[in-house]
Amino acid sequence: MTKKNVLMKIKELKTNVAVIKDLELSFGKVFEETWDEPVGPTPFPSVTELREWDFKLLQKYKPFYLPYCDVCCLCTFGKCDLTGDKRGACGLNMAAQQSRIVLLACCIGASTHISHARHLVEHLIEKYGSNSPLDVGGLNIEAEAPVTRLVCGIRPKTLQDLEEVLDYCEEQVTTLLAATHTGQEGSNLDFESKVLHAGMVDQVGMEIADLAQISVYGFPKADPEAALTEIGFGVADISKPTILVIGHNVPSSIGIIDYITDKGLLGKVEVVGICCTAHDLTRYSSAAKIIGPISWQLRYIRSGLADLIVVDEQCIRADTLVEAQKIKAPVIASSPQNCLGLKNRTKSPPKEIISDLLEEKVPGVLILDPDKVGEVAVETVMAVAPKRNKFKIIPEIEEIIKAGEECTQCNECMRACPNNMPIPEAMKAAAKGDLNPLAEILESCVGCARCDSACPNDFPLHSFMVKAGEKQLWKEKFKMRVGRGAIQDIEIREVGGPLVLGEIPGVVALVGCANYPHGGKEVAEIAEEFAKRRFIVVTSGCAAMSIAMVKDEEGKTLYEKYPGGFEAGGILNVGSCVSNPHIAGAAIKIASIFAKRKLRANYEEIADYILNRVGAVGVAWGAMSQKAASIASGFWRLGVPVIVGPHGSKYRRMLLGRKDKDEDWYVYDARTGDKVYGGPAPEHLFTTAETKEEAMVMIAKFCMRPNDTTKGRAIKLTHYIDLHKRLYGVMPDDIHLFVRNKADVPITMKDEILKILEEKGWKERRIPDPTLLPRLIRKRGE
Amino acid sequence: MALKAEPWQTAEIAGPKKALLILKPEVVVAMVKRAKRPILVVGHQAAEDYSDDVKMIDYAIRMSKTAGIPVVATAHIATQFIKRDFQPAASMSAMDIGNRLQDPEWKGLDGKGPYDLALFMGLPYYMEFVILSALKHFSTNLKTISLDRFYNPHATWSFPNLSVEDWNESFEIILSKLGGN
Ligand code: SF4
Ligand code: SF4
Ligand code: SF4
Repeated sequence: MTKKNVLMKIKELKTNVAVIKDLELSFGKVFEETWDEPVGPTPFPSVTELREWDFKLLQKYKPFYLPYCDVCCLCTFGKCDLTGDKRGACGLNMAAQQSRIVLLACCIGASTHISHARHLVEHLIEKYGSNSPLDVGGLNIEAEAPVTRLVCGIRPKTLQDLEEVLDYCEEQVTTLLAATHTGQEGSNLDFESKVLHAGMVDQVGMEIADLAQISVYGFPKADPEAALTEIGFGVADISKPTILVIGHNVPSSIGIIDYITDKGLLGKVEVVGICCTAHDLTRYSSAAKIIGPISWQLRYIRSGLADLIVVDEQCIRADTLVEAQKIKAPVIASSPQNCLGLKNRTKSPPKEIISDLLEEKVPGVLILDPDKVGEVAVETVMAVAPKRNKFKIIPEIEEIIKAGEECTQCNECMRACPNNMPIPEAMKAAAKGDLNPLAEILESCVGCARCDSACPNDFPLHSFMVKAGEKQLWKEKFKMRVGRGAIQDIEIREVGGPLVLGEIPGVVALVGCANYPHGGKEVAEIAEEFAKRRFIVVTSGCAAMSIAMVKDEEGKTLYEKYPGGFEAGGILNVGSCVSNPHIAGAAIKIASIFAKRKLRANYEEIADYILNRVGAVGVAWGAMSQKAASIASGFWRLGVPVIVGPHGSKYRRMLLGRKDKDEDWYVYDARTGDKVYGGPAPEHLFTTAETKEEAMVMIAKFCMRPNDTTKGRAIKLTHYIDLHKRLYGVMPDDIHLFVRNKADVPITMKDEILKILEEKGWKERRIPDPTLLPRLIRKRGE
Repeated sequence: MALKAEPWQTAEIAGPKKALLILKPEVVVAMVKRAKRPILVVGHQAAEDYSDDVKMIDYAIRMSKTAGIPVVATAHIATQFIKRDFQPAASMSAMDIGNRLQDPEWKGLDGKGPYDLALFMGLPYYMEFVILSALKHFSTNLKTISLDRFYNPHATWSFPNLSVEDWNESFEIILSKLGGN
């Protein structure tokens, strides 16, 4: 019996004594159930329980801190100057301060998903009952919640079981957040361990949210052939009253679709969405359409196409109400997280609210009841649309030309632009009647409108770009496969072997926000490059949308060209942000289904398995949010490296390996207990790629794992070398670190590589049965 | 032209310790000459920016050749160097070179010891900003110079925000004085 089992028994004992403690009672109940698999060593791990594993990772992948500024201003002891080796008034140094900020970001991210999950679960219990069953894939899926099983050691069966898991998540985040208080944690490495804990708990929270909504709302259940939906600026039929929904938490949008359906209004009202609410709404109903990722908010609102805007939570522009007022569109806020200063009308009769909105007595309302949102939104939009007549604030060409003439070329717009767009040059061209440069800027524009705010002449520059790019925008009509949810067990069985042996060279997860350096097309390029190379490409969130928004010569998008299965050459959209755990879950299920490792509360062993054997890489090309930070962190702890685009350098900390230090790359050979050089595979746990070319080379390289068979390693090396030669113009200089014996060398490049190996003084070495955990030595290999 | 210590990207404020302004190109010349082990890090924008006929990468090559400074090419820019018949000393990611430069134990690309001066050009402004910050805070005996035509405040020394013409002119002076010993 493990130490933890004893601990759990004590908890039960306590429970029996303190009968009033419902929470502990239910924990006890869960552990009493009949599940063949014994509880692993770390059920519901506390903040410090996986610290040793974290330190193993941090020993290989040391933090590289990139402070944004030199000071700390988190308490009134400060501001403190932490430059160099200075310490603040509380004794904190710069490394600890940076890791503290990373922890804060991850706590913000994790708490956002967890509170999102809590809101969903409470709402669904209220509406459908606490005994509603959980089902993410029927008979096709045995482990309904791999992350929760792995972390908590329980198998949730009904909605009510999820509440216990959320209790755990909330407790962990509270403890983690407490560690960021002045005078708490002082060690940067302990902060980093807590960052990893936040990421792990975040994965659980997200999984709960998606599990609940897939089960109860009947989203596609692990369906490789989930329907194709429409996405793009031009998809809505603008002759109809149009509701725009923005955010991540779908119940209020579902309230709208349900109302439309119940009242027989299908086809009479358009419902379009931006960001993850749109993802989840199209998983619910084919009546909804997607406009695009978060960066499409302003261009759509200012174009006047939305007659009413419903916001829920996360990644919504804080000035939505201000922008909506300009186009005379009422706003309904529907989340306690984002009330926009509006009066809470949840208890008012719908007729009253509708009339207040129509008479413009108020610019918007807060309604915290999803069904009421549905009724008010639909009834209001039908009445308001004819009055608005798609009123827009996109300027006419003459106005842009005039502004171009008045522009003083002060450069303030360009200096405010995150992508340093040559707006002054474009304004110069506009003065001459040429709007093409402004239209070109729109292609790389993240829609932040910092240029507008910066311009001393108050030119609405983003609107100028929208006008200039208008023709192109209207053509935007693409097909995207809606979020399929989890990966089926059978899919895992089929690819588990080829993946672990390296014959499928890797899994590339393209996830995250839309803060791209050069527009979303780069994500689509990366996706296609690796699908063609027969990697498995999985995607979610804004990245999944960006992948859809490019067509080939025949007018087809990648989702139409590549299969949606978890297979070599597949491109699969798992869904919204909270669907990311299906990607982690796939890696976990490879360990449990294919390799038959015990999953239940066995975090360390499974993470060790994934780190050493599963060639998966996360890429968040436009990562910007705190949620993206915590999502990445959940992957790090599980042994999956993450690459961010250039803006991701602002996350202030990378986790970098040093391939030049041989001593960092030793693993145990589980067969013998010997320490064996496993090579820098993967080389980093978290790094920034400066360009898409660099990202592609990194992806191919980071898919190598110490466990690769010679055949698998040869295939992975072929991709790495091929991309390196094509994009960098030269052979990589580190091939000798990845070739273990001559059979690893790709046949087609044999002579060239053998020559390099000779020059480097390379020696053959053995391929270990790799692990970082001494307790696994001799346990396997039979 | 106002030669103020203002970051190019308006909100990228640093301090209390901020880069000293390179008001005269001779400063760079003196720093390079004084350095025992300089290194030049060149990002991918070096092949794109400025004007059609002037590319930073050409200046990088001339500088490397004139002063014997090894070049680290980041991202995929190695291919541009090779097109110009120039072999960079190494090709590695900006994060990797930053991480090594902050390590006082790192013996350099040639194994001969740590660098004492790192010159940067051609990285995205905000990436260079944070990498220079890492080096400001965590390296021990390293000075840094931002050679882009924008003030990058976490460097030890940086050009102010310059026009292309002024930047060209400065670089020509640097190259001629470096060559002239
Ligand atoms: S938390 Fe510490 S370092 Fe930060 S302001 Fe307060 S005393 Fe200074
Ligand atoms: S709206 Fe677009 S062009 Fe304007 S600052 Fe933001 S990214 Fe730059
Ligand atoms: S900020 Fe305004 S005035 Fe200044 S260059 Fe840009 S558009 Fe012209």
